[in-house]
Amino acid sequence: MPAVTETREAVEKLGQSTYKWGFETEIEMDMAPKGLNEDIIRLISTRKEEPEWMLEWRLAAFATWQAMREPTWAKVSYPPIDYQDLHYYAAPRRKPGPKSLEEVDPELLRTYEKLGIPLHEQALLAGVELPEGETARPPVAVDAVFDSVSVATTFRKTLEEAGVIFCPISEAVKDHPELVRKYLGSVVPAGDNFFAALNSAVFTDGSFVYVPKGVRCPMELSTYFRINARNTGQFERTLIVVEEGASVSYLEGCTAPMRDENQLHAAVVELVAMDDASIKYSTVQNWYPGDEEGRGGIYNFVTKRGACRGARSKISWTQVETGSAITWKYPSCILQGEGSVGEFYSVAVTNNCQQADTGTKMIHIGRNTRSTIIAKTISAGRSDSTYRGLVRVQPKASGARNFTQCDSLLIGDQCGAHTVPYIESRNMAARIEHEATTSKISEDQLFYCRQRGLSEEDAVGLIVNGFCRDVLKELPMEFAVEAQKLLQISLEGSVG
Amino acid sequence: MSQFLEISGLKARIDADGQEKQILRGVDLSIPPGEVHAIMGPNGCGKSTLSYVLAGREDYEVTAGSVLFKGQDLLAMEPEERAAAGLFLAFQAPVELPGVNNANFLRTAVNAVRRARGQDELDAVAFLKLARTAAKELSMAPDMLKRNVNVGFSGGEKKRNEVLQMTMLEPSFAILDETDSGLDVDALRIVAEGVNRLRSPQFSALVITHHQKLLDYLVPDRIHVMAQGRIILSGGPELAREIDREGYTKFLAEAEAA
Repeated sequence: MPAVTETREAVEKLGQSTYKWGFETEIEMDMAPKGLNEDIIRLISTRKEEPEWMLEWRLAAFATWQAMREPTWAKVSYPPIDYQDLHYYAAPRRKPGPKSLEEVDPELLRTYEKLGIPLHEQALLAGVELPEGETARPPVAVDAVFDSVSVATTFRKTLEEAGVIFCPISEAVKDHPELVRKYLGSVVPAGDNFFAALNSAVFTDGSFVYVPKGVRCPMELSTYFRINARNTGQFERTLIVVEEGASVSYLEGCTAPMRDENQLHAAVVELVAMDDASIKYSTVQNWYPGDEEGRGGIYNFVTKRGACRGARSKISWTQVETGSAITWKYPSCILQGEGSVGEFYSVAVTNNCQQADTGTKMIHIGRNTRSTIIAKTISAGRSDSTYRGLVRVQPKASGARNFTQCDSLLIGDQCGAHTVPYIESRNMAARIEHEATTSKISEDQLFYCRQRGLSEEDAVGLIVNGFCRDVLKELPMEFAVEAQKLLQISLEGSVG
Repeated sequence: MSQFLEISGLKARIDADGQEKQILRGVDLSIPPGEVHAIMGPNGCGKSTLSYVLAGREDYEVTAGSVLFKGQDLLAMEPEERAAAGLFLAFQAPVELPGVNNANFLRTAVNAVRRARGQDELDAVAFLKLARTAAKELSMAPDMLKRNVNVGFSGGEKKRNEVLQMTMLEPSFAILDETDSGLDVDALRIVAEGVNRLRSPQFSALVITHHQKLLDYLVPDRIHVMAQGRIILSGGPELAREIDREGYTKFLAEAEAA
């Protein structure tokens, strides 16, 4: 088939140029020496001016980690990682703790501008071009994390007036120790798994959100993560606590420069929702995926978990995963409160040599708990994608209900899609439904679109976006538009 | 010579499960601007293949012949370039595009060809106004624009949707591949009226059909009979009535004898 040659040519031509976030910022960095030991952890803790309890927590996590082994059950393969060959701390060199945007290194701001992040409040308020049919949209507060540290957080004043705390977690450790001590590690314990333990020992920054009782957070909160420095790992830690009757919507986005070597990203995200609280957590993950031969790219080993502690609380995860060489990620919900609700909406795209093993865990503990899982997997090139999900109903979870739908779309004939659902029900009154489909973009569909004047790339984009619609519609408006474009870019050159 | 559409000695084959099958065996056909021609012929004679080859479907390999469309080498163009040049194919069996909003699809297509033709793109408001008017003229339910492309459409709805797309894309040459199949009398009339509205000195059409009924409404300028991959006979509108009365057998026998 000539189509195969064409595909190869198209992919070769596009190659790395398809990743337009691959630039590197020239900036003076403050780096810890390579390697991981107690001294490095002490150094991180000192640099962050942490209280003693935090250091002890880190050291305990480190001791736990040393006794653990890297998990091998996921359907991904990669050469062994040398954990001593990484920098565990890298920060832009500047005076610590900028008090306003004016104090932030202008080179950094330019980087974020390139990424399309509206850091400047003015620009945001002035309003970028609005999508059709929308007259106005609420502003978004942004926390920007550059390698290991948070460099700028916007709209803090507005949020403070509403009683919402939104700050780098390193600041929260100092300013709100009672909250951090109470909740940090309460959902994902330091020894939960290999990567979570590593993160607990060396995490450098991330976001902290606290929404007090009865407060609906007045705007979307957003964090942008950027890995820039060479040979560094990024280990951010996010903690979101939403009190009774309160709600928040939080977005995260991630990019990294193009590099030949692999970089490690091991984050931990913990969510806590009390009675009638709701948390919506959306991710657009676009770490550098590596080149078409599988060189370089981010190893994305992430532990995300939310605890629905209160009655009728709700946690909703929405993710669009297009980047990373390897993705290992299972955003989960522990449905403890009676009538609590967990949701997982996911689109995972793999192209070239990318590997993704992702899914969710819904643990039904309380009565009448409900969960919904919609997972869309798109594989192209020689990539491999696996949905791995667990639905567990505990003996006391009478009336628990789950609905799961897993759909896979294959592009080309060298990629793979796998679905591994685990269902464990210990309560006879629970209702669990699972649906799964696998399909290919048909030549008929492509030809139909092209006959109507669409280019092949546009046709694939349209069909893929249609396939993902159930998930994309869960994203906040500004992310949905971005995600649609991203899907198309990620699949460029994948058909011939 | 018409200078509009010139098909000469066109031969094409398809690779069916490893076996090469010659389907078009030398088609000659000329359609002048502003004319509607019909192709009739028994099943498997190559009518649909001709429409696919003209639209640029890659499964078919053209082994000989040429097609000039408004002076351009049509066979050298990508399917989307042919669409931009003004060629439209109303499919016999339009495909479903799950999750793709019909209006969004239509607008993307319209703006893609407008861009390629150097015209301004339509904004959402202008587009919707045009699309709603066109849909109404085809007696389509207003919610058809909101549904997913062809998903759950009845046979008649799919065909109307094809004519809606044709109206919006403003082609100069349309191929209607058995657009009348599966339509009841009322739907047939509505679809035919939709095509007739496009008729102008700048619009030509090639109508592939089995039935006289559609041709009663469309009144073609020329009728061609196709058999075994060739046009074996051409004539005026009266030819269709003759075929309707006597079937293809007589013409096939005559062609073989000749």
